[in-house]
Amino acid sequence: MEKLRILAESAKYDVSCSSSGTVRSGKKGMVGSTVGGLGICHSFADDGRCIALLKVMLTNYCMYDCAYCINRRSNDIRRATLSVSELEEITMEFYRRNYIEGLFLSSGVVRNPDYTMERLAAIARDLRTVHRFNGYIHLKSIPGCSQELLNEAGRYADRMSVNIEIPNEESLKMLAPEKDHQSVFQPMRLIQQGVLENKEDRRRMHHVPRFVPAGQSTQMIVGATKETDRDILQMSSALYGQPTMRRVYYSGYVSVNTTDPRLPVLKQPPLVRENRLYQADWLLRFYHFKVDEIVDEKHANLDLEIDPKLAWALRHPEAFPVDINTADYEMLLRVPGLGTKSAWLIINSRRFGRLNSYDLKKMGVVMKKAKYFITCHELTSSPATFLTSVNELSPERLRPLLVSKAQQKRAAEEQQLKLDFG
Amino acid sequence: MTCYLFDGTMDGLLTAVFDAFALHEQPDELLTAGDELPLFCDRTHQVTSDEEKAGRVWTGLEKRLPPEALRLISVSWLSELKELNTPLFQYICKVFRQSAGAPSIERNFSDPDVLTVTNIARRVLHEQLRMKQFIRFQKAKDGTYLGVVSPDHNVLPIVINHFCDRFNDQPWLIYDAGRHYGYYYDGSAAPIRITFEEESAVPFNLENGRLNDEALSSDDQLMQELWRTYFKAICIKERMNPRKQLSDMPRRYWKYMTEKQTR
Repeated sequence: MEKLRILAESAKYDVSCSSSGTVRSGKKGMVGSTVGGLGICHSFADDGRCIALLKVMLTNYCMYDCAYCINRRSNDIRRATLSVSELEEITMEFYRRNYIEGLFLSSGVVRNPDYTMERLAAIARDLRTVHRFNGYIHLKSIPGCSQELLNEAGRYADRMSVNIEIPNEESLKMLAPEKDHQSVFQPMRLIQQGVLENKEDRRRMHHVPRFVPAGQSTQMIVGATKETDRDILQMSSALYGQPTMRRVYYSGYVSVNTTDPRLPVLKQPPLVRENRLYQADWLLRFYHFKVDEIVDEKHANLDLEIDPKLAWALRHPEAFPVDINTADYEMLLRVPGLGTKSAWLIINSRRFGRLNSYDLKKMGVVMKKAKYFITCHELTSSPATFLTSVNELSPERLRPLLVSKAQQKRAAEEQQLKLDFG
Repeated sequence: MTCYLFDGTMDGLLTAVFDAFALHEQPDELLTAGDELPLFCDRTHQVTSDEEKAGRVWTGLEKRLPPEALRLISVSWLSELKELNTPLFQYICKVFRQSAGAPSIERNFSDPDVLTVTNIARRVLHEQLRMKQFIRFQKAKDGTYLGVVSPDHNVLPIVINHFCDRFNDQPWLIYDAGRHYGYYYDGSAAPIRITFEEESAVPFNLENGRLNDEALSSDDQLMQELWRTYFKAICIKERMNPRKQLSDMPRRYWKYMTEKQTR
């Protein structure tokens, strides 16, 4: 039990937890299934993060000494190693009690990358073949391991991931002298190659088993080095250009190693910035935004007080107001206060007649924001529903109206912390 | 203002639709027997549920609405909410009153009745997802896994397929403590609906869903303890955010959840 506690604490700084991306319905004689689409989170920890997978390290002994990592060689923490059978038993028992969706297995690097990767792959294989486990398996691939081992692991895992951690290679070298970008991108390429080859094979022969069906994910640490949001988002955008990259996670840096002079000392992790990055990430993936529209040379960092979509809208008042009854889906998505859901509702409903602001409100559009950016061409007399456009007000005057006091305070706190210590 | 009174069943609601068309009327409200009549009610009509009439209305709906919309109607019915009756009744009437060839009404979300029914169905589906997330099994001595819940809406019928698919090699019992029924799956055959004749005699506590000690399998206590340990260890203290936790996992579900129980 003590081991599980130590190893879960070591693994918790990995953000990824999603269990999405594969549909595999139950089979006779096998335990488990995976659902596509949203995935299922089984619980939510006190820090509000979801628990979908049993996120644990096989061991937290590590031969590397990366400054940002809690498990680095020079840290004096308690070390433990789970035996293969213990880990498999815990996974199966947790799964059968509906505690988890599957296993997220990572490991510190012991002896050499191949040795570590071999053990991870062996666990995935055992779970599938011996325990007939049909749930979700996410494996971390160890940088620098051989291609054969990656292929072996990929046959049993749903998703594999390699963490980039720092988007800029120089900063990475400074914090993690034993790593470079080559060692991260190499496995990424190999996994991608495996997936694409596997797709070809499956087209020809149906019984070929799937290879990493849920694709890859990766993670970047935010706030540990000097990178701007522009660097981070450009990296993400390039990664999403790859056919198998499904998710990029951002992890606000938690000062785990306070004594290292290479790292800033933060009183609290940069949560607002992390949130803004995720919002920008969503804009890239679901709202047809391009990275240059969200951040450019002049605005290299995201605005902490307002969300990136609103920031874009305020920089581009010429695009508004948008006519709700005629604008296409892409344009509706650009309106602050309108999400994919309400855009879909609007597109469907306006075939039956003109929509007015009352209808929008009932559908759940955030009119507090949206009202400055849309027009419904309605005749209104009551000032409550009167729509003022962003152009009548001018963006500079509109901005303070849309920033809530609480947001201002949170953003200011974070800024201040940076000035004090950064 | 015309009001129809019905017995609160789906058949009753469909019969009410049948009656409205047979009598060439457009009632304003559909109420159950116990409801208070509105102030300006000048005519009431008592609907007598009739399976045949209901069946005819449902067949008519099948012809006029796509399968997703029908599913949404059945799902919304599981909400067991009183405020669903009138909107759903009006929605179904509107489907029949539409002229042939017009785009079917189920996606017109500017219609208040369609929007209400859709939103209620969405709430039920949300709770269905929560059941998939938050049902916790305990292993009993005989190898049966027991999960007790008490959802706001009657969602068990639409979640058990998921559990059959996932845990198809272990016997389990999911019991709705609020509605006093459950589903039992023996590990192979289709799950059956069960009720206990004498609920006080069951080997588990209906308040917190716990199996009595003598019925609990020997390793279950250890697994529960491990899970609680894991739950505590995975939290990053620097990022505490109880508000987020509460919005994703409302307190009303906690009493049956292993990680929120203390031993």
